[in-house]
Amino acid sequence: MTFLFYIFAAIAVIGGIGVVVYKNPVSSAFAMILSFLGLAAIFIQLDAYLVGILQILVYAGAIMVLFLFIIMLMDVKEEEGKTFKFGAIVGAVLVVGGFTGALVKVLMESKIGNETIPALAEGGKSDVHEIGELLFSTYWFPIQIIGVLLLVATVGVILLSRKELK
Amino acid sequence: MLNLAAIDLVSLGISTAKIIGLVFLTILPMVAYSVWAERRVSALIQDRIGPNRVGWAGLLQPIADGLKFILKEDFTPKHVRTGYYWLAPALTMVPALMTCAVLPFGSTLFGEKMVIADLDVGPLFVFAIASLSVYGIVLAGWASNSKYPFLGGVRATSQMISYEISLGLSVIPLFMIYGHLNLGKIVQYQAENGWALLPLWGESLQNWNWLLVIPVFISFIVFVTSMFAETNRLPFDLPECETELVAGYHTEYSSMKFALFFLGEYAAMIIGSGLAVTLFLGGWSLPFGWLTHAAGSDVPFWHGLVHIGVFLAKVVVFILFFIVVRWTLPRFRYDQLMRLGWVFFFEIALANIVITALILWLVTGPLNKEETEAPAEPTPAAQVSSIEQGMFDEPTLLVRETSTFRIQASSF
Repeated sequence: MTFLFYIFAAIAVIGGIGVVVYKNPVSSAFAMILSFLGLAAIFIQLDAYLVGILQILVYAGAIMVLFLFIIMLMDVKEEEGKTFKFGAIVGAVLVVGGFTGALVKVLMESKIGNETIPALAEGGKSDVHEIGELLFSTYWFPIQIIGVLLLVATVGVILLSRKELK
Repeated sequence: MLNLAAIDLVSLGISTAKIIGLVFLTILPMVAYSVWAERRVSALIQDRIGPNRVGWAGLLQPIADGLKFILKEDFTPKHVRTGYYWLAPALTMVPALMTCAVLPFGSTLFGEKMVIADLDVGPLFVFAIASLSVYGIVLAGWASNSKYPFLGGVRATSQMISYEISLGLSVIPLFMIYGHLNLGKIVQYQAENGWALLPLWGESLQNWNWLLVIPVFISFIVFVTSMFAETNRLPFDLPECETELVAGYHTEYSSMKFALFFLGEYAAMIIGSGLAVTLFLGGWSLPFGWLTHAAGSDVPFWHGLVHIGVFLAKVVVFILFFIVVRWTLPRFRYDQLMRLGWVFFFEIALANIVITALILWLVTGPLNKEETEAPAEPTPAAQVSSIEQGMFDEPTLLVRETSTFRIQASSF
């Protein structure tokens, strides 16, 4: 089903371009959601159901809702009048081109780009089971650290957002 | 690039038939008739008669309403942001209908599984797609470019984000008990070993397994209440709160666009009921293992039909429950709603996960090792740390930990 890949890849790329090109922040946010949906579909095509679903659940469904919420509440208008400057466009093209070139070179030379990763065994454990098993055995310590880090961040945000610090 | 021979036309045809049968021939008529049921039941509760003129007992009323919505002038106010104003109703309707793809609405018919997509991430898929439906409401509020719809949209955002958390956390105990995320297998397990809320036959009677009904019941309360909030139904319909916000986010909408919001709300309610039935009340199965067949075995044609009927009947009962609650309870105040979500349900759902882990540990360990000895000893430190470990991580990651519990349970 290669043609499905091209359709979803096109959706992701068009969304990505939309984020930059639209001047209305709400339109940009929606283009970003479109891009996330395209990416999620590609993950699901690779049998990585959990990653694809989390992409929608966490990024498209939660983070972007908050983005949109803030944009609408603040009623951002400054961006709308702006025009693209020549220097900015040249800089953007150079930076993006440089990174893409580096990425292509790395992928061509490393074995990630030339080797097909074996598919999940038919009828075996689902990808959810595989990821869960890894996270609770091999990577249990990093997971704990990330958990503590997020907890600290949450506490910090609550402390900072209080009006008067005592 | 486009290799037509590679596309399996038979399976494509079967999937299309399932989609048309479930979405267009079952859920959409159910949406129309739950509106009728809502009006009739509310009339009953308020001692009125309700719509009873079009057809027998008013049964053709939904069709008349549909015709009216389509024929009415489609008015777009001048001050709206036109593109988004048009997009919003569709964005409410589509995700609501998409989520039904993973619901097992029957066992098997002609050897074909009665589910559109048999995914291993079923409930997560439902939550993911349902989390997109908030965009329709937010966008409607923003695109209408007037104050009441905007307030409705803002309320919808914060309400849905708040209750999504308790909704997600409330079902984790179930996944810990079942050990996987495939809705079809979850229903099959319940058919053979007792529904989650009614463990009266099969394995759930043995080895103290019935203790698990305690956390499942708590889950059920949290899940159903959060479902009311997620579908914007009274007592939590703050986004459209008629007494404060005219009609909330869809104040500026009329004709078919308004109808789409309405349909989206009812479709979300039906699919929420379907999910609750699947997770807690045994999906398509009859109680006490009647007409139940082992997974993969041949199911006679009429048993398959009965299973579909049972599922739909359970969903209908659940919808009637939604309707009765709407016309019984008064609306919450906004701060009460937020407090209930963050201060009570969030904590209850988290504590419930720990309770489930403790009971699973009791069931797999002390209670069944020596049949006579009561479990008086305190929890070993290692066990506590493994439970705490679960609490701070992503909810889904608990699955692995608990599926080992189940393996242990079956080996005893």
